[in-house]
Amino acid sequence: MPSFSHFFEVLIDTKDVFLKAMLLTLELTVVSILIGIVIGLFFALMKISKIKVLELISDVYVFLVRGTPLIVQIFILYFGLSGIFLIPDFWAASLALALHNGAYISEILRGTIQGVDKGQMEAGRSLGMTKVLTLRRIILPQAFRRALPPLGNQFIIGLKDSSLAAFISMNELFNVATTLGSNNFDEMTYLLIVAVYYLVLVALLTFIVNRLEKKLAISDR
Amino acid sequence: MEAKEMIKVNQLNKSFGELHVLKNIDMTVYESDVVCLIGSSGSGKSTLLRCLNFLERKDSGSIIIEGKEVDPSNDDLNKIREKVGMVFQHFNLFPHKTVLENIIEAPVMVKGVDKKVATSKAKELLEKVGLEDKADVFPNKLSGGQKQRVAIARALAMEPDIMLFDEPTSALDPELVGEVLTTMKELANEGMTMVVVTHEMGFAREVADWIVYMNDGEIIERGDPEQFFEHPKEERTQEFLKTTMLK
Ligand SMILES: Nc1ncnc2c1ncn2[C@@H]1O[C@H](COP(=O)(O)OP(=O)(O)O)[C@@H](O)[C@H]1O
Ligand SMILES: [Mg+2]
Repeated sequence: MPSFSHFFEVLIDTKDVFLKAMLLTLELTVVSILIGIVIGLFFALMKISKIKVLELISDVYVFLVRGTPLIVQIFILYFGLSGIFLIPDFWAASLALALHNGAYISEILRGTIQGVDKGQMEAGRSLGMTKVLTLRRIILPQAFRRALPPLGNQFIIGLKDSSLAAFISMNELFNVATTLGSNNFDEMTYLLIVAVYYLVLVALLTFIVNRLEKKLAISDR
Repeated sequence: MEAKEMIKVNQLNKSFGELHVLKNIDMTVYESDVVCLIGSSGSGKSTLLRCLNFLERKDSGSIIIEGKEVDPSNDDLNKIREKVGMVFQHFNLFPHKTVLENIIEAPVMVKGVDKKVATSKAKELLEKVGLEDKADVFPNKLSGGQKQRVAIARALAMEPDIMLFDEPTSALDPELVGEVLTTMKELANEGMTMVVVTHEMGFAREVADWIVYMNDGEIIERGDPEQFFEHPKEERTQEFLKTTMLK
């Protein structure tokens, strides 16, 4: 184990390179979650469409993502996609993470959409609103609000999962930590440092999600 | 002068799977009529009401709204629903929108009414239901009676020709029933055509032009309140009245 003073010394010395890596980690996470929400919404709507083919497609997607390790998905997408056309590493990683998160987000959204009282759709329809308009203006805003806590949770999971992008040579937090660690023959110090970065990020996110949740709860029900 | 037929139902049938819920329903509602639909729970009142604005699809028979037979697979049902307002037992207000936003949502989004115009109209409606001070409040801050009056204002904002009420006071605490019934009474006095499913026999007797009694998916008896309550013809009606009046 490294000594405390050594740990803090290295922590301070490496802050620039780690902060840069943290930014990339955050970028990967935010982009993959945002795209994941779009994908998730898309598959959630297919799942509740009551159209058999679309339901099946949605089921297969969730089955594939849940049934395989994320690292395998990342490699398949990275080597698969870059074999077909030139795609920057950042987008290969983001897309892989987005497809992964999307499956979990689709399950979250499916649940919260179906959790909105059936009477809401009927009220919209009875006022002459179309199904799509009611979905957009009435159902989805309520569903997203309810999805906020689990989405925040997925965001935190996604943040930690983004470390796997190290394996396709993204210089995010984990990659920087392992590279610096082996270069300096001091793996443990750097691993502990990166753990601190992740902990701070997760704590910060948890705080923001909780705040948001409280704020939204005020105008709810 | 012949009164205008607002709703005409001919030989309407509806089943849920094996369950035959509506059996050969015939019914005509004339302009400015208030029809109260009564009957024990499970007799098909809600289903009939929901068929009238096509939230439920009929299996056979015809539904004619303001002289035009509606074909659910070809006609624009949203256009018809604009003319037929509905008030639900559980209010179904939009919880993420303020009272005002609840009311202007459909006029603005469906009819394309200018937001300012819709807002001033909404305020008039709120005044009418006695809630002008609640415009910017969220529904969770309202009592059940207030919620239901907002729901009525919301339906009226689309300027419907017909209003359907499905047990509008059944979810309310007893002390809040009166305010909603008063609002409905005023609406009836203004000449609104109304079909009301209710267990409020006092209201039915006082406000209804016609009472329709349903049992087990059939219309058993109909008549004006005086005749219906004082001299019911059918034995099943007499029994029903006996048990409800005892409560
Ligand atoms: N969507 C539905 N699916 C299956 N059965 C239903 C549905 N809606 C109503 N029913 C059944 O139809 C019958 C009539 O219901 P309803 O019209 O709600 O009666 P009421 O309003 O008079 O109490 C009941 O037996 C009810 O269980
Ligand atoms: Mg009912």
